[in-house]
Amino acid sequence: MRYIPNTDRDCAAMLQAIGVRSVDELFADIPPAVRLKRPLKVPPAMAESEVARHLRELADKNANADRYSMFLGAGCYNHFSPAIINHLVLRGEFLTPYTPYQPEISQGTLQALYEYQSLVCLLTGMEVSNASMYEGASATAEAVLMAQRITGRSEVLMARAVHPEYRTVTRTYASQLGITFREVAFTEAGVTDTAQVRKMLSERVACLVVQSPNFFGAIEDVAPLAEVAHAVGAMLVVAVAEPVSLGILKPPGECGADIVTAEGAGLGTGLNYGGPAVGFFATREKFIRYMPGRLVGETEDREGRTGYVLTLATREQHIRREKATSNICTSESLIANMSAMYMVTMGPRGLREVALMNLRKAAYAKERLAKLRGFSLRFTGPTFNEFVLRTKKRPGEVLKGLLKRQIIGGVDLGRFYPELKDCLLVCVTEQNSRTEIDALAKALGGTR
Amino acid sequence: MSRMEQTIGTRGLVLNEPLVFEQGSPGRVGYSFPPLDVPEKKAEALIPKRLLRDGISGFPEMSEVDVIRHYTRISQWNYCVDLGFFPLGSCTMKYNPRINEDMARLPGFAKAHPYQPEELSQGALQLMWELEQYLADIAGMDRVTLQPSAGAHGELTGLMMIRAYHTSRGNPRSKVLIPDSAHGTNPATSALCGYRVVPVKEGPRGVVEAKAVAEVMDNEVAAIMVTNPNTLGLFEDQIIEVAKIVHAKGGQVYCDGANLNSIMGISRPGDSGIDVIQINLHKTFSQPHGGGGPGAGPVALKKHLAPFMPVPTVEKKGNRYTLDFKRPKSIGKVRAFAASFGVLVRSYTYIRSMGAAGLRRAAEVAVLNANYILSQLKGTYHLPYDRHCMHECVFTDALQSRHDIHTLDIAKRLIDYGFHPPTIYFPLIVKGALMIEPTETESKETLDQFIAAMKRIAREAEEKPEVLRQAPHNPKVTRMNETKAAREPKLRWRPAS
Repeated sequence: MRYIPNTDRDCAAMLQAIGVRSVDELFADIPPAVRLKRPLKVPPAMAESEVARHLRELADKNANADRYSMFLGAGCYNHFSPAIINHLVLRGEFLTPYTPYQPEISQGTLQALYEYQSLVCLLTGMEVSNASMYEGASATAEAVLMAQRITGRSEVLMARAVHPEYRTVTRTYASQLGITFREVAFTEAGVTDTAQVRKMLSERVACLVVQSPNFFGAIEDVAPLAEVAHAVGAMLVVAVAEPVSLGILKPPGECGADIVTAEGAGLGTGLNYGGPAVGFFATREKFIRYMPGRLVGETEDREGRTGYVLTLATREQHIRREKATSNICTSESLIANMSAMYMVTMGPRGLREVALMNLRKAAYAKERLAKLRGFSLRFTGPTFNEFVLRTKKRPGEVLKGLLKRQIIGGVDLGRFYPELKDCLLVCVTEQNSRTEIDALAKALGGTR
Repeated sequence: MSRMEQTIGTRGLVLNEPLVFEQGSPGRVGYSFPPLDVPEKKAEALIPKRLLRDGISGFPEMSEVDVIRHYTRISQWNYCVDLGFFPLGSCTMKYNPRINEDMARLPGFAKAHPYQPEELSQGALQLMWELEQYLADIAGMDRVTLQPSAGAHGELTGLMMIRAYHTSRGNPRSKVLIPDSAHGTNPATSALCGYRVVPVKEGPRGVVEAKAVAEVMDNEVAAIMVTNPNTLGLFEDQIIEVAKIVHAKGGQVYCDGANLNSIMGISRPGDSGIDVIQINLHKTFSQPHGGGGPGAGPVALKKHLAPFMPVPTVEKKGNRYTLDFKRPKSIGKVRAFAASFGVLVRSYTYIRSMGAAGLRRAAEVAVLNANYILSQLKGTYHLPYDRHCMHECVFTDALQSRHDIHTLDIAKRLIDYGFHPPTIYFPLIVKGALMIEPTETESKETLDQFIAAMKRIAREAEEKPEVLRQAPHNPKVTRMNETKAAREPKLRWRPAS
């Protein structure tokens, strides 16, 4: 086996040095009753060329964004990633170390994560960021737990326009600790109903959770929501599932958000059938000690040279055990650093440019599709790169028709919202050319 | 040539590199986009101005070359498995095969969308279904959820399922038993599930004793969380009795599977009476650690817990693979979308490359390597549990502390010799622990070099202890002031005001 260097001769020499006759003797502590007496039900080893062919065959059974015109978003966005990002994360020095427990020989990962934390703060308008969570949905769940720790309250208002999977994950986490949820409806503009929020808020509410752009692609007006939440001592959690939007949208931190979570995979990592991804987690300085996750801080060595370390570990499981702010240990350092590499490569102009491209292309598509007979826009509010299209024909059939033309047209919203079962969620990114959009319009025109 | 220069550790040329924020120049770009092919509407025409930002202040403006140089330079300040021996105990720092990286990047995987139709995702679903079968057999379990994103995430998922199981039987129960040698994630996970932790002391042989469990076991205990093999590198040889005691009072047995690498194909946790186990793909199944993730922590379980698995599960119907969301008793979901899929591709590729016999061989050689180190360092370092070990051996600084040299000094000196230090001061029950896990991907020569370095450090502890107290000497920076970092937290760069 090419991954196991020791030969039988090496092994024999080691056994002799240990003073045993066989490897079996080393396993003597395992009771005979629980020894496996047959080979594992795993197929025999494949050579590198064989395994590569097998995996290619599996991969080829999947549609992918190179072979199809893809208009799917819904929390997982098809953005371009410059070639250098992939090359840099493939460097063994970033790919193959552990969590940086020994700072003297981990300064590369630590400085990169410190830069990541800084970039996340600048992008979201927040004061402090941790070194990553698993992904957007579980980061949002941990934000809710943090709001409960800070406020001592156990009721949560969750906008119905938040990604359905984010809502499910947050409920799954929070229900273990007796947190209860109430859902806030959306308006005809496709955004969270502020009047209803005001009515539902009380001094029992730990936090209000909204997403912007929300699941329908609509941009929430966060500032008034923050105001009403703060008026009763509740916190505002803003989830951003499409981080590219922050290239032009006002960052939640400037709108009064107390915790911002985001899904960072859109910044350079890509689709990967949904993961790996990275959860951004940023908050206000005064809440640092309530934060989950690793934090990298600047300090100096014995000779006064600047360097970075994991810090404020007294919040964490390996020190605090059952009193920790979270159980998180391994998170998503490499993906966090990938997103930092992307942000640095794009710079302020690139991020603005890609955001504008998404906005304009989606606006073009929105306008074209809304004009087609049998189709209309479901909501009236401003959107970023996704929008909800109402169809006369059943959305499932519309999508099926498009597949014949190598187009994956969007998400059938009936899957998540019974009240929107006549709707499609359509996403357009910088990866969709005008030709593709025109082909989509033409195909939809023909599916009436 | 001095003796120091003969070791693999040396000083090389490393370049200084400031933060990205101190670099670049206005107008410099690192990207390119095709010309806009739709009408160039103003953002303000589409979105109310109050919802728009002024620009992103503070971001650097760099060229592609600047970015490559920046990250390449700082990357060289990292130690990593590709560079050398990384015997971090309980972390299973094995080699990360490069074919796995290539496979994860195949467009059919990397550019597939989680919401694309099932009939156009059959390859991804087949891979997940087959991976579930392999992991289930390796663990001796009935089902596996691939959803959790890391070991601790798997623990949480497992414990949530246990809670849901108890709740369905009328009482979620209130306590979880955890041995003192457990990783901190175990108690932290229990707290996240609303459980109170009841500690269980290990016996003198370093394993959990059945009678100690019997003393604290009652009808309010939801589960025991055992790590097997445990963090002392020992197989919990009373696990069968422990499981019987816990089951007799209706409790569940959770196994932290962080150390599964040493028993693959030799013993299956499910056969010992374990009900749930998380499997760290970034340890046993070669997903690279990436400086702290991404990982994945699939959870294998017995069939009585299957109704509570997170949705979706992957099912096979005839020759077709589907995602099953209709599971009314499910705990829900612990992340968006089905799983950290790219990680699954790497571990699947690894399992197919190794085959059944290769996996067993990996376990055997991992244990052989650990015992070889144990046998060669015994006497030079204090061995608190003097018996054969599994995947790792645990020494202490007891012999060196006579010279006022402690585990931290030994660890830092190893860096000078070209090695990553072992896990230190863990498990907490061993004072001054040095926890060494070599894995199967290290050769005898590497182990011999490491053993020689450890012996030389033991001599230095007697002859020139000051060298150890000041170590490391070779890296770019020396010991960091961690107190300052915590007392005056500086967690980000800020633009000059």
